[in-house]
Amino acid sequence: MSDILTTDNISVAFGGVSALSGVSVEVREGEILSIIGPNGAGKTTFFNAVTGTFPPSAGRVFLEGKEITGKKPHEVARLGLARSFQNLKPFAEMTLLENVLIGRESHAVTGMLATLLRTRAFAADEERQQQKARELLAFVGLERRQESLARNLTYGERKMLEIARALALEPRVLLLDEPVAGMNPTETGFVMELVRKIRTQGITVVMIEHDMRMVMGISDRIYVLDHGELIASGLPHEVRANHRVIEAYLGGGKHAPTH
Amino acid sequence: MFLQHLLNGITIGGSYALIALGYTLVYGVLKLINFAHGEIYMIGAYLGFILVSLLPALPPFFQGHLLFFLLIVFLVAAGLCALYGFYLEKVCYRPLRQAPKLTPLISALGASIFFQNFVMLTMGAKDRIFPQTVGMTTYTVAGVTGTPLQLAIILSSVFLMALLWWFINRTRLGVAIKATSTDPLMASLLGINVDTVISVTFMAGSFLAACAGVMIGLYYGTINFTLGYLGGIKAFTAAVLGGIGNVPGAMVGGFLLGIIEALGAGYFSAEYKDVYAFFILIAVLVLRPAGLLGKGVHERA
Repeated sequence: MSDILTTDNISVAFGGVSALSGVSVEVREGEILSIIGPNGAGKTTFFNAVTGTFPPSAGRVFLEGKEITGKKPHEVARLGLARSFQNLKPFAEMTLLENVLIGRESHAVTGMLATLLRTRAFAADEERQQQKARELLAFVGLERRQESLARNLTYGERKMLEIARALALEPRVLLLDEPVAGMNPTETGFVMELVRKIRTQGITVVMIEHDMRMVMGISDRIYVLDHGELIASGLPHEVRANHRVIEAYLGGGKHAPTH
Repeated sequence: MFLQHLLNGITIGGSYALIALGYTLVYGVLKLINFAHGEIYMIGAYLGFILVSLLPALPPFFQGHLLFFLLIVFLVAAGLCALYGFYLEKVCYRPLRQAPKLTPLISALGASIFFQNFVMLTMGAKDRIFPQTVGMTTYTVAGVTGTPLQLAIILSSVFLMALLWWFINRTRLGVAIKATSTDPLMASLLGINVDTVISVTFMAGSFLAACAGVMIGLYYGTINFTLGYLGGIKAFTAAVLGGIGNVPGAMVGGFLLGIIEALGAGYFSAEYKDVYAFFILIAVLVLRPAGLLGKGVHERA
């Protein structure tokens, strides 16, 4: 397996505070990779740095061998890197279908003029995009709510909408920021199944997660961050037995890997 | 008499609404009050003036097809103003995107002063009189006197607003504008080029303001390089009245402001015509800062 997303010594500093220092990660094509670590370890900062939301102050990021360091978020998204958020951000005043269609924007083939003139090519393309959006909503189990406004969704449904919207970009790599935080075991099981299905579609998944049942259950490999530094990586059972990981969790007194 | 004032109010209110939409659209995507917007409206009026003045020099075909000629005037003036809007954003606001909020505001005032003086130097400081193009025949229906021009102005403003509504709700670019005003970062993470969306927003707002400028020029007959100051601030009031950032709000606010002005001028004092707008601005800011259709300022988490 080749590497699809790699970071080479990336660092992020907020003022004088270093949030991420010298993190090098290789994500292999087709794997499910988890990034774990205590709160404040720099996991979300890592996502922000990779997606161009908050570019790294040093180091480089490569997607499929091409450097994407410092590219704008919409360019990174169009190159095949999509993400979901820990705190939910659907477009509340739009319907579910519209929310997903936004993600299809970069795949629309017809231009502005065709849109204004409502050409036949536009109509056909529009129909294709709508069809694709409906399929994605069905994929995450929201097909019956496609005309509801996003603000009327439950917490769990919003998380599903976020995943559908990120998938609308047809990404090569999907970054999920705590996809099952706050979910009950049934919902967590559903998301685990979903992530596996996403992988079978050829999409590589990188996931930040605290739920150890989920992490240990579906990850091929795990990276562990603590205080902005990579302290361990490997197969789930290796990471679970790693001294530094146990120390980071138990010594910090914040989170135990078994909760 | 009431209906007469109402008709006059709706005529002028339509233009207020068209300008107000520009304020509200830009505020939506950038959270910035584009105080040079009134000047775009003024430039639209001047471009309309220049184009209408060309009529006698044009082939007789255009004199025979006046409606067609005016349509071209609107399209050219609005198209050029869309370019003004595009470059205004590129030169005065884009480099300041990351700057503190006060900086682009000062840049806006600078642009506004620049445009006023630019027009004063090139077109003169004196009032310009629009050439008489449309006949001033008046028709009286049920005690209300109106001109065909008034009717045309009302219909065109309603048509332009319908066009904007369609653009925002039924085209992909429009949906991208909506998405960007809700959450620019999220929109860009979904592959939307926020810079393009911002440019398009400025162009759409300027297009509408220029149409309003040409309408006002035709309606009142005289224009002046300071036109944009008062017109801009009144339209800003209309946008705040309806709820800044809210598109239907700007439309409602514009018509309401026009009607209040006309009624105030008719029943109280015409001398104080311009005061009513500012009275409303103060009242709205004190009593209901979110505006009539606004949803409060809680959104920013």
